[in-house]
Amino acid sequence: MSTTIDQDQLRQRVTDFLTEHDPSTLSTDEERLEWLRARYDAGLAWVNFPEGRGGLGLPREWHLEVEKAFAAAGAPSNNPRKNGIGLGMAAPTILGFGTPEQLDRFLKPLWVGEEIWCQLFSEPGAGSDLAAAATRAVKDGDEWVINGQKVWTSGAHNADWAILVARTDPDVPKHRGLSYFLCNMRDPGVDVRPLRQITGEAEFNEVFLTDVRIPDAHRLGEVGEGWKVATFTLNNERVAIGGGATPREGGMIGKVAQTWREQPERRTPDLHDRLMRLWVDSEVMRVTGQRLRQKLAAGEPGPEGSAMKLTYARVNQQLSGLDLEIQAEDGLRYGDWTMVRPEKTDMLGRDAGFRYFRAKGNSIEGGTSEILRNVVSERILGLPGEHRVDKDVPFKEIPR
Amino acid sequence: MNQPQSPKQPANLDLLYTELEDDLRSSVSALLADKCDPHRVKALYDGDGALGEELWPALAGELGLAGLLVPEDLGGAGATTREAAVVLEEIGRYTAPVPFLTSAVVATTVLLDEHATEAARALVGELAAGEKTAALLVPFSFGPDTDLARAAVSGGTQVRSVAGALEADVLLVPVAVDGGLEIRAVAASSATVDPVVSLDMSRPLADVTLAEVTGDVVVPAGSGNQAVRRALLTGAALLASEQLGVAQWCLTTTLAYLKERRQFGRVLGGFQALKHRLADMFAAVESAGASARYAAAALAAGEDEEIATRVAASFCSETALDAAEDAIQLHGGIGMTWEHSAHHYLKRAKSSHIALGTPGAHRAALADLVELPAS
Repeated sequence: MSTTIDQDQLRQRVTDFLTEHDPSTLSTDEERLEWLRARYDAGLAWVNFPEGRGGLGLPREWHLEVEKAFAAAGAPSNNPRKNGIGLGMAAPTILGFGTPEQLDRFLKPLWVGEEIWCQLFSEPGAGSDLAAAATRAVKDGDEWVINGQKVWTSGAHNADWAILVARTDPDVPKHRGLSYFLCNMRDPGVDVRPLRQITGEAEFNEVFLTDVRIPDAHRLGEVGEGWKVATFTLNNERVAIGGGATPREGGMIGKVAQTWREQPERRTPDLHDRLMRLWVDSEVMRVTGQRLRQKLAAGEPGPEGSAMKLTYARVNQQLSGLDLEIQAEDGLRYGDWTMVRPEKTDMLGRDAGFRYFRAKGNSIEGGTSEILRNVVSERILGLPGEHRVDKDVPFKEIPR
Repeated sequence: MNQPQSPKQPANLDLLYTELEDDLRSSVSALLADKCDPHRVKALYDGDGALGEELWPALAGELGLAGLLVPEDLGGAGATTREAAVVLEEIGRYTAPVPFLTSAVVATTVLLDEHATEAARALVGELAAGEKTAALLVPFSFGPDTDLARAAVSGGTQVRSVAGALEADVLLVPVAVDGGLEIRAVAASSATVDPVVSLDMSRPLADVTLAEVTGDVVVPAGSGNQAVRRALLTGAALLASEQLGVAQWCLTTTLAYLKERRQFGRVLGGFQALKHRLADMFAAVESAGASARYAAAALAAGEDEEIATRVAASFCSETALDAAEDAIQLHGGIGMTWEHSAHHYLKRAKSSHIALGTPGAHRAALADLVELPAS
């Protein structure tokens, strides 16, 4: 059954699929959803996933061309930007640790965009120190009862499901007492409240969990294995944030280059020097990401993504600051401070002021740059770890 | 308002190393590990140049590297800039005093110009066989964007700070004629080649004076400017890989030292201030690796060469210099000593930073290429 195909055969499969499932005939949302389900069943959803799970067990790199071919044919989209956490983090983790039943239940609706996912990891008392998560999960028959508070949850107000880290055993050291769950966001005990941020909008949420009940069948990985599963998710997150394929002059540099081209009267030698340095940095980041993806084509992401994310955060912050300076008197203005609830994180869609403030989060979200430097120096370079006073102490005895 | 211009998107080039390239690296590295002893590199600064005289025949002859870029029908290996880049990474890692960049890359590229003469074809065969070594007679600071009117040589003028001239049997001399530069091959024995006390003695420079310019025309007028520019562009693109090798040595060596050196009862590498500097150095060196590889692949494929070169030249120059400067600082006192090798790399990094166009010159050229003018 499992026969490997080459890239030409893959192209042929895409062509055949498009012939049998002509996207131009679709008119309703339900038809588009059915079309996406058929694409999943044909193994053309993410070709690097295994057969029967929306893929064909092929190299990750090959998928890009498949995606382009479908886009060129005007195929319906699974709205990947609205479900970034689902596609980039939940799906690989479910694939890596899920039971066959969990894979059957979750992957397809996730990929087609029928079910949107969010991430319930950070807490007010567990930011960089994620392993200090205090949200409790207590076993009650075949279910777990969850109580606690999560924060910085992007998209929680749109999400149907969440990946959740909670403490199942406070009597052991912190890393060993966590478990990983798939949490239904429609449970009546889930209370989502907007968290307004420095941009004025509320892209994130606080999520209060009160007696939320999760069946044991929705636990991912073994009890007490939550840290290992969460680490896997976070490595995928860093790749998703720092290692995504961007074209030349894609992302923030494209915006600043556009400003530069449109406003010749504002050019100065100082601004030009900084612009060109950042253009080089952006282009180097592009080829570094390209090489990282070529390396990953066969394997899973390791901590190398952390190094890229460090650069991404710095370059984004410098570029967005530069953009405001180039814009001079216009750089003193701000688009809109009104509290709104965006559907997705959109770094580029708004004005330069917005980008400047939003980019401040780039060195905080998904691992602060300081933590990432620890990750790089310890896990890649093999330098000694930080002194950890709480490492071998039962979680409940750590002062908090 | 203008529509934003979206630049032409470059091809997705293979940035990994092939098995063949890995093998090539192993043989170069084995030879340099055996012969390019750091103490003998240090001796170059005290007037003992014997190392270079032994190394180059081994690299050029035993390994056949002199003809790497030369097509097979002209007696070379018919390889590409990808393979030459791998060789340069190793040369950088050892600060090896060999004229590979100046002869087997820059001078060879001049001679392989599509309008090069029969004399050029004969000479490039001799270079490939390791029988002769050549150097382009321009200051080592000249890059692809230097005004080439400044490169014209005439009888009696001195060309300063030329790399590869001391090792060269043949000098490729740009001469101003009607229609731009033509390039002549002049026997080095007919020139006055004065060794220069160089910032980097592992790539020793010379001041060269020709009483008169004679010799065969290797690239005729009308093509000379393009041939020189192309050679300097190729040199800058591949120097990035040498700089990568320098940066990698600095990272590896500093890392090893910080894992071993103890102060305050702990290894220094456990201090977060130092860990974070090494993490940043790692990120920069990884990025330099991708960028240098991309430039080498771009030249090999004949795609996106101009931009890829400027980006790599700017980024890798600065990364190598930052890494070398950090290596000195993070080694503390020992890094300032003559005895330790770190200064060999700082000297190589700083001179490379100026060579074949400064990072700023490459960024200025890049600005034109990507339509982001300075004013």
